[in-house]
Amino acid sequence: MKLIILEQYDQVSEWAAKYVRNKILLFNPGPERYFTLGLPTGKPLLEQTTSYHTSSVIKRICYGDDRAVGLPRDHPESYHSFMWNNFFKYIDIRAENVHILDGNAADLPSECQAFEKKIQDAGGIELFVGGIGPDGHIAFNEPGSSLVSRTRVKTLAMDTIQANARFFDGDLSKVPTMALTVGVGTVMEAKEVMILITGGHKAFALYKAIEEGVNHMWTVSAFQQHPQTLFVCDEDATLELRVKTVKYFKGMMHVHNKLVDPLPGSLKKN
Amino acid sequence: MPSNGSVSDAPITQFINCRILKEHTLQREDLWVRDGRILDPEKLFFDEQGYADRQLDCGGAILAPGFIDVQLNGGYGVDFSTPSEDPGAGVAFVAKKILEHGVTSFCPTLVTSPPSVYHKVLPEVKVQSGGVHGAGVLGVHLEGPFISLEKKGAHPEQFLRTFGGSGGVNPLLEVYGGLDNVSMVTLAPELAGSQSVVEELSQRGVTVSLGHSVANLSQAEEAVQQGASFITHLFNAMLPFHHRDPGIVGLLTSNRIPAGRSVFYGMIADGIHTNPAALRIAHRAHPAGLVLVTDAIMAMGLPPGRHTLGQQVIEIQGLHAYVAGNTLTSSPVPNQLTFDSRILNVFWGLGTTTLSGSIATMDMCVRHFQQASGCSVPEALEAASLHPAQLLGISHQKGSLEYGCDADLVLMDDQMVLEATYISGVEVWRK
Repeated sequence: MKLIILEQYDQVSEWAAKYVRNKILLFNPGPERYFTLGLPTGKPLLEQTTSYHTSSVIKRICYGDDRAVGLPRDHPESYHSFMWNNFFKYIDIRAENVHILDGNAADLPSECQAFEKKIQDAGGIELFVGGIGPDGHIAFNEPGSSLVSRTRVKTLAMDTIQANARFFDGDLSKVPTMALTVGVGTVMEAKEVMILITGGHKAFALYKAIEEGVNHMWTVSAFQQHPQTLFVCDEDATLELRVKTVKYFKGMMHVHNKLVDPLPGSLKKN
Repeated sequence: MPSNGSVSDAPITQFINCRILKEHTLQREDLWVRDGRILDPEKLFFDEQGYADRQLDCGGAILAPGFIDVQLNGGYGVDFSTPSEDPGAGVAFVAKKILEHGVTSFCPTLVTSPPSVYHKVLPEVKVQSGGVHGAGVLGVHLEGPFISLEKKGAHPEQFLRTFGGSGGVNPLLEVYGGLDNVSMVTLAPELAGSQSVVEELSQRGVTVSLGHSVANLSQAEEAVQQGASFITHLFNAMLPFHHRDPGIVGLLTSNRIPAGRSVFYGMIADGIHTNPAALRIAHRAHPAGLVLVTDAIMAMGLPPGRHTLGQQVIEIQGLHAYVAGNTLTSSPVPNQLTFDSRILNVFWGLGTTTLSGSIATMDMCVRHFQQASGCSVPEALEAASLHPAQLLGISHQKGSLEYGCDADLVLMDDQMVLEATYISGVEVWRK
């Protein structure tokens, strides 16, 4: 695991965006070689990535991974609307290269299986970028989710429903209670995982994720067993970590920052 | 195919790198157009898996709905109220020229004229869509002849009329020859028999405007209750505001307007017809109702000198247009004292000082309104697009950049100087 600690939210977004940009450029994508990106929401990343994109960098398959069941596609709080307004409309990705779980599908289990198959057919996810919840969940894999789970329908925890009520005028009855989500196992199969964590309210989850053991009550901890994990966080998110951990990783920043240096011209595609 | 064939084969244009006027602000968004209408890109992306055929880079400019002028008497030597061989050609000529001012739709206006003129001209001026050939004609604005003698302004006295006793629109049908292609009528509500006229015109979908009138506030309010919804060039050709009887001006803050309805008012913001302080009073009292109009006359676009307007002769000096007469100065009008560096000389001697329409262009009016009132750029732009569209009941189609509206657009810089005009998504003028 690499733990990248930056001062604030904006710097986290910027660092992550540059990292993604470099990864895509190094991958050298083309019409026959797509870079597959997995994204549950991830607002910090999206805001900065849009300012870093050049017309050809992000034309890649993009997997939106969690979807509330029963929410109409054009509801302003739907994942589709969110991704359109915060990401897709700023880049020139083609719709046929975007795969989002459809919470309105007639047969939800088949929809989930089909999604898993699409990932396989695309050659797997190169980079999965996500955040974590205060309860340590990744995508909608809430506490108690199997660490080898696959894409499936999940019932949402009361906490999550209450947290989301603000998007539905505070009316709990309007908040979706179920969601489709990629499983922990699904994400573990990505070649690389990057988790963005900002804010003091996530600090305890970060502590549980990296300083305690692998535990299905804090599903992000599963990535301790992934060969290529990157956590990017701000100072506030480190508040529950040991001073020793923080110092250790801050001490490596001069090396880690090389990952986001602009690439030499010869490697850049236009 | 960038469009999903099952929905449409039409090409899609994406205006990029622009700030669009939407939800009363300037937003950094792209504008998508297909089939002459504004397209919802999210639906295009998810439902049709479509994308743009071509992108137009706006260079960071402001993209706003095209202007709508509901009071335009002519221009460039053409006077809509003077019968000619081919009135339709005259309207078409002006319609093409006003694209340069950002006007994409307008109401050709006829001032008080004898029935023969109406019978000749009206059938030739048809409602039609705009395009490369010129701005769209929304319908004719008939300003007169059912107006007040005392407030005739530059209208010829001998052709003024009253409604007679019969009630209903028959007197109008007689004078005008018909109401086809008519979108607005300006009349004086204090004239006997006006109530049934206002009511019937409104029911027929014709916008009724109050103007050239000495009506008091209650007469004006009654007319609004019968269906009147506009005030022709506020302050001009009506009784001045008085604190015990605000007259027509009082409609701006009247509490006797029927629920769900609004009174709009035209303002000629050329710096001459209305003192900027008066413009600000009106704007602050009722900002949502302000509709910018040019009331431009045939001399608009022409050099200084003498010209004919309807049955009258007028004289141009700088941005001022006066009724020409052969007596020395009659009653002075306060705003003759507006000192404007564009005036060649102050006009005292040779004619009257009754104002006679303006020669400012719509884009000049928008800029002047913004400067004089200190309002925001979106507000100034809406006064020339959204508000006239709302007045005419066409805001689901014109005057707005909402999805589904016609893509009649103007491109301009931050000073609201125009760079290009589009109708139905097609460029019809560029600087």
